[in-house]
Amino acid sequence: MTPLAKDPKVILATDCGSTTTKAILIQKVGDEYRQTHRGEAPTTVEAPFEDVTMGVLNAVSELAELSGRKLVDENGRIIRPVDGDIGCDLYISTSSAGGGLQMMVAGVVRSMTAESAERAALGAGSIVMDVIALNDKRLPHERIERIRQLRPDMILIAGETDGAKTDKVIKITETIGAADPRPRLGSDYRLPVIYAGNKDRRDDVQAVLDAKTDLSIVDNLRPTLEEEVLLPAREKIHDLFLEHVMQQAPGYGKLLEWVDSDIMPTPAAVGAILKRVAERQGINAVGVDIGGATTDVFSVFGDAFNRTVSANLGMSYSISNVFAEVGLANVMRWVPFEMDERDLRNRIKNKMIRPTTIPQTLEELIFEQAVAREALRLAFLQHKEFATRLKGVQQQRTIADSFDQNAGVESLVNMLDLNLLVASGGVLSHAPRMEQTALMLIDAFAPEGLTTLAKDSIFMMPHLGVLSQVHPQAATEVFEKDCLVYLGTCIAPVGQTKMGRPALHCTMKTQGAVEEISLNMGEMRLLPLEVGANAEVHLDPSREFDVGAGKGVSLDGKVEGGTVGIILDCRGRPLTLPSAAGERVSKLETWMKEISVYPEAARVG
Amino acid sequence: MAHAYTPGLKVTDNEVVSKRRILPLKGEVVVESGVTVEPDDVVARTFLPGKVEIVNVANKMGVDQSDVPEAMIKNEGDRVICGEVIAVKKALFGLLKSEATACLDGTIESISGVTGQVVLRTDPEPVDVRAYVEGRVVEVMPEEGVTVETCGAYLQGIFGVGGETHGELVIVSPDAHSVLNGSDISADHSGKIVVGGSLVTGAALKRAIQLGVRGVVVGGFDDQDLREFLGGDLGVAITGHENLGVTLIVTEGFGQIDMAPTTYALLKKHAGARASINGATQIRAGVIRPEVIIPLADASPSASVATETKGMAAGGPVRIIRNPYFGCLGTVKSLPPEPGTLESGSKARVVEVELTSTNEVVIVPRANVEIIEGHD
Repeated sequence: MTPLAKDPKVILATDCGSTTTKAILIQKVGDEYRQTHRGEAPTTVEAPFEDVTMGVLNAVSELAELSGRKLVDENGRIIRPVDGDIGCDLYISTSSAGGGLQMMVAGVVRSMTAESAERAALGAGSIVMDVIALNDKRLPHERIERIRQLRPDMILIAGETDGAKTDKVIKITETIGAADPRPRLGSDYRLPVIYAGNKDRRDDVQAVLDAKTDLSIVDNLRPTLEEEVLLPAREKIHDLFLEHVMQQAPGYGKLLEWVDSDIMPTPAAVGAILKRVAERQGINAVGVDIGGATTDVFSVFGDAFNRTVSANLGMSYSISNVFAEVGLANVMRWVPFEMDERDLRNRIKNKMIRPTTIPQTLEELIFEQAVAREALRLAFLQHKEFATRLKGVQQQRTIADSFDQNAGVESLVNMLDLNLLVASGGVLSHAPRMEQTALMLIDAFAPEGLTTLAKDSIFMMPHLGVLSQVHPQAATEVFEKDCLVYLGTCIAPVGQTKMGRPALHCTMKTQGAVEEISLNMGEMRLLPLEVGANAEVHLDPSREFDVGAGKGVSLDGKVEGGTVGIILDCRGRPLTLPSAAGERVSKLETWMKEISVYPEAARVG
Repeated sequence: MAHAYTPGLKVTDNEVVSKRRILPLKGEVVVESGVTVEPDDVVARTFLPGKVEIVNVANKMGVDQSDVPEAMIKNEGDRVICGEVIAVKKALFGLLKSEATACLDGTIESISGVTGQVVLRTDPEPVDVRAYVEGRVVEVMPEEGVTVETCGAYLQGIFGVGGETHGELVIVSPDAHSVLNGSDISADHSGKIVVGGSLVTGAALKRAIQLGVRGVVVGGFDDQDLREFLGGDLGVAITGHENLGVTLIVTEGFGQIDMAPTTYALLKKHAGARASINGATQIRAGVIRPEVIIPLADASPSASVATETKGMAAGGPVRIIRNPYFGCLGTVKSLPPEPGTLESGSKARVVEVELTSTNEVVIVPRANVEIIEGHD
């Protein structure tokens, strides 16, 4: 790796995904950094090419063609530094090719140390294939069989607080030792295992695993029940990812030599940029990336950063699994027309076996967007269940708490505190109308109070995430100016009342103009407010509703415009749809018309 | 861009098919390079490590964990049989005795003085890798496996269920449009691979299993029937390990869809020949499609025609793989360079296709069309 250019004029960044390698060019224009060009090419990790750098060079060549800047020399190497309209000053990359980083984690108690281990692994950008714990209701030989079957890239073991005088973490370590796990890629190296448990048990762990695995020891993830220290384990995961896993993937040895900064797993990079922006602006943010196979959700609430991967919720490879998980009725409730179940099931399976096809008719588009709502809703539900305060910590509880079933597992994701919701992934980013993206987000995430909605314009969050590690200023400038496309703001009072009763009165002031709107329960309204424009709102909820200041309490706030505008959503929270088919279809049609989601002329059904 | 490339499924009459037959762990290759093999011939063999059981000896004997190594009368690596005493602890001058016994036949893998657990492992299980196809061993990878090569017809399906099998190819449906019903399958089809037309019903598949049919190759299959067949909804398309008594290969997709005429014609041409089939499907990065291999005695590597994968170009045969024209065959009329706007409102690169059945010219996204590859 060459020393980093202090004031790079041209930055080249690639993201090697499972199917596509995306390259972007960031250039200093005047005093600011802007993303100027983009190129892409199929990823070449698999046969017959088996060299990831070929896809990188193809994507960079397209970028060079579009930008008129020569970026690759005659020997197929990326040219550095900049010399006129030749070369770049900085080349960085992320990767999720070849299935990304696949880990297995283990702990003593599923909801305590094992969950902390899961959080560390997810935060480092990995896919967690399974979580092994002494109370996971499996017999020892079943756990051993599972470890053997899965062949992860790496295993992380946590367990016990420092100084605990039990043998539990050794029991779980012995299970792993008995499985004699083999790495997924290559057979000529030993599987990397990280121990991040009770420090007093390190010698015992070494005795069990040293001869069989490549064992690393880091600080305990849960030194006490009240503390969770994830950083040392995350850093070790990242190191081992570069040292072992990446070296086994075809062509990565070469790519590691090309880059000016460590390659990051794609999800880790997305998390890094979202975290940085949330911290910088002092906001709470949620990001979602829905792909063909998986859905990643990231959240930053205060100091807490969480990431979850819903491994089998996606829009193509996993579309059938979305149905298996949520059921047909939940998907169909978003569709304003009848469909034959047998035909529908066959359509879903046909999408699964031919994942690259796209909806041609409006009916098919509406249906796919209904599936997306449910995939997103379920992925977010899983995220909220995971992003909780530490379990196992002693809390003082009042008598009132005893009647609250959820008091013990409070989620960190409080929707009334959420400021920014960022969408990415094909079905959200490539929807023909921005209104469709906005309504999918609102239906799936059910934002509460005032929430700004945005989408990642061309999926450059991974590139900016890795850039934020070496040039934070360039990364945040590009994120704010070129990455995000603001859709607008959703205003949604929390509460329920009878359909048709008053719910919210809103006064919106924009540059001299004042607009007054009253909405009843079950209504939605779209107020245009263009990109870059702000408005002041005064919200008067009725006594059953809360917009962030308490039930029936007024709130003054500022809202951001966007390509869609300001969406007032008085359908109530939790969001429920009428159960009677006729009423449901009528409501869906009204809402879709109000937000201009689909073309009027093309009403189907 | 003059042409696009959307790979389709391979359907070819004369191809050199190479199959790598690799052991899951290092072992022994039992055939030599150059020999001719039959599908059931074993080509390589290894032993998988046995299953593991953990015995909590400390709990069973009521002793401290640290006392377990001392109480053991068997050492690491020793052979044991199920019920055999492996640890003994005497107290009160031998008046009180507690014991722990082995719960399986195998060896002692490890003894822990920290947890008081003893790991027992059963004997290694032999694993045989068979040739799968009739052909010749052209490469031996010592300790790992071999490559078997054959010449003949090769077809890929779109989706399959069940693993490797082989048998005589029998055409049961009279044409590519017919439905394969239960009444079409008879005891004569036992041990064979039957070919249907546009659909195999759930009842027909059940009957095929009852009568010992080894494989079914057909155009379409209903998802409702697949659920019943598998005993649950298939969430992700990773198959091949099912042990349902029959291997199913679907060539077109879900629902009733005519088998592509060339696919049906090719299978019909080789009726009576022995075929090897595998339903294993993986629709993820590293895609695996189910396959039918028909080795042909009169074909030879030199006579085979290498089919080069070409891009989509005007005049080329294609199949539409999504509604509203799902399953239609046609030829590419033109490839407009500019993206077109679809009825859904999306902008996408499109292709003009002249439908074979009606001569109607339709515009569809390029992503919804696949090239019919490898036709001679």
